[in-house]
Amino acid sequence: MSIAEKEKEVIEEFELFNDWMDKYEHIIEQSRQLPLIDELQKTDEYLVRGCQSKVWLNATFKDGCVYFTADSDAVITKGIIALLVRVLSGEKPEVIIESQLSFIDRIGLKEHLTPNRANGLASMVKLMKTFALGFKLKQQA
Amino acid sequence: MMPDTPTKPLRAFTAIESEQIRSLFPILGRQIYGKQLVYFDNGATTQKPQRVLDSIQNYYTTYNSNVHRGVHFLSQQATDVMEDARKTIQEFINAKQAEEIIFTSGATESINLLASSFSQLLAKGDEILISAMEHHANIVPWQMICERYGYHLRVIPILDNGDLDLIAFDKLITPKTKLLSVVQVSNTLGTINPIKQLIDKAHQNNTAVIIDGSQAVQHLKIDVQELDCDFYVFSGHKLYGPTGTGVLYGKKNRLEQLPPYKGGGDMIKEVSFEKTTYNDLPFKFEAGTPNIEGIIGLAEAIHFINHTGIASIANHEADLLNYFTDKLRAIPGIRIFGESSNKIAVISFLLRDIHPYDIGVLLDKMGIAVRTGHHCTQPIMQRYQIPGTVRASLAVYNTRAEIDVFIDALHRINKMF
Repeated sequence: MSIAEKEKEVIEEFELFNDWMDKYEHIIEQSRQLPLIDELQKTDEYLVRGCQSKVWLNATFKDGCVYFTADSDAVITKGIIALLVRVLSGEKPEVIIESQLSFIDRIGLKEHLTPNRANGLASMVKLMKTFALGFKLKQQA
Repeated sequence: MMPDTPTKPLRAFTAIESEQIRSLFPILGRQIYGKQLVYFDNGATTQKPQRVLDSIQNYYTTYNSNVHRGVHFLSQQATDVMEDARKTIQEFINAKQAEEIIFTSGATESINLLASSFSQLLAKGDEILISAMEHHANIVPWQMICERYGYHLRVIPILDNGDLDLIAFDKLITPKTKLLSVVQVSNTLGTINPIKQLIDKAHQNNTAVIIDGSQAVQHLKIDVQELDCDFYVFSGHKLYGPTGTGVLYGKKNRLEQLPPYKGGGDMIKEVSFEKTTYNDLPFKFEAGTPNIEGIIGLAEAIHFINHTGIASIANHEADLLNYFTDKLRAIPGIRIFGESSNKIAVISFLLRDIHPYDIGVLLDKMGIAVRTGHHCTQPIMQRYQIPGTVRASLAVYNTRAEIDVFIDALHRINKMF
């Protein structure tokens, strides 16, 4: 499935819910699907600093594609990460670097990704792209 | 100015009184995500009554002008209104003289002013005593001067229930303690500290006392002469006034001893390249054009408080605190941080192991505004070993019905995790 198809799938899922609380129930549900980062990697090295909730992120490179693992101490943050990982994981580095992630806006979660939101998610997206860039450069070398 | 009304009975506002008060605040009619707004983030900032907004509009539409300098009519009028505001604040906290009221941009600037000016008067090795429940604004400015000039910062610990450890305080105050700077009411725990006792003890020790009243002036009657504190600071926006306004009260002799903090216009008597002499109080500390609109709005906010009656406000909020605490305690898995027997209507809590951020996000979606996180008091979070709390902080316009909405919302959130 392409990124666009995965984004479409997520958007359609969220269109089923009219009520904000139901949307958030679904986000909490998503948090359980997140491929978790190894407990031993929950260190400062993998920490994405946010003011209120902590996020840990790691990435591996296999057969030309990037795979993410992550975790957060806040469940809603974790659920949103799960959505991002669901869309970006298994993609080629250049696809990740170019991705706009407009689905986040479309499902009404844009506020969580604004840089001033104190949850580390904005920095996390940047870091996902940095990982992808690193793998791309390594590949070229 | 309307006098305070001590004749009002000591009880919560009736539904009609509450409705009257709420009708003065236009923002309270707002809907958030289709839900009626419940604003429980008053510790961060309060909403503003219409009369405050009108006073600012009126200033700009009828007498906008710079103060203290123009000979023309408008400048004179603006100066008069601003100096009336100073008198309003003087009476509000019962300062002896209007010139003991210095306008600042907020409590943070008031404390920075004091730290900067005192840094030039202390000697190496002198100690500054604060408490473990201070806002970062009453920690960092002191750390900065300690680091730069070799003073030492000492900290009064807090007990499990959120009270100050007064036994430890007795031991920490020594001949080296030149300054005591403590919060009257904790923004995170709600604790009302026994500051009169602290002030008296400090004065027996020749220690100057600064009280951070940022979370006190909007809830309690303040009388700086009775307290006998040397300095008292607060922000305007937490007491129904505009942002960017604040007050530094200081006893006249204390303020006269302090060197000025900022240089500029209005704070000088004569300027030459050889020597500048400084203006008298309060202007010595008010360099540059002040926040005229803000100061006018702040005075209007105080008129609102006086008109409503600070004792009536305190009683209404005490009723809300009791009601809220009882309802919260009935929810299994609730932990309240700050259970002093003497506190204002601020409740910091955690529900089971649910992250405060998650609770804050979900409350928001139900139209309820709270603050989550460390509330600029990270040492308190370290003290209780928690990442943060959810904080509901109430004000004059909040009601029992809003607390019911809040409790229902919490039950709903509780089921989601």
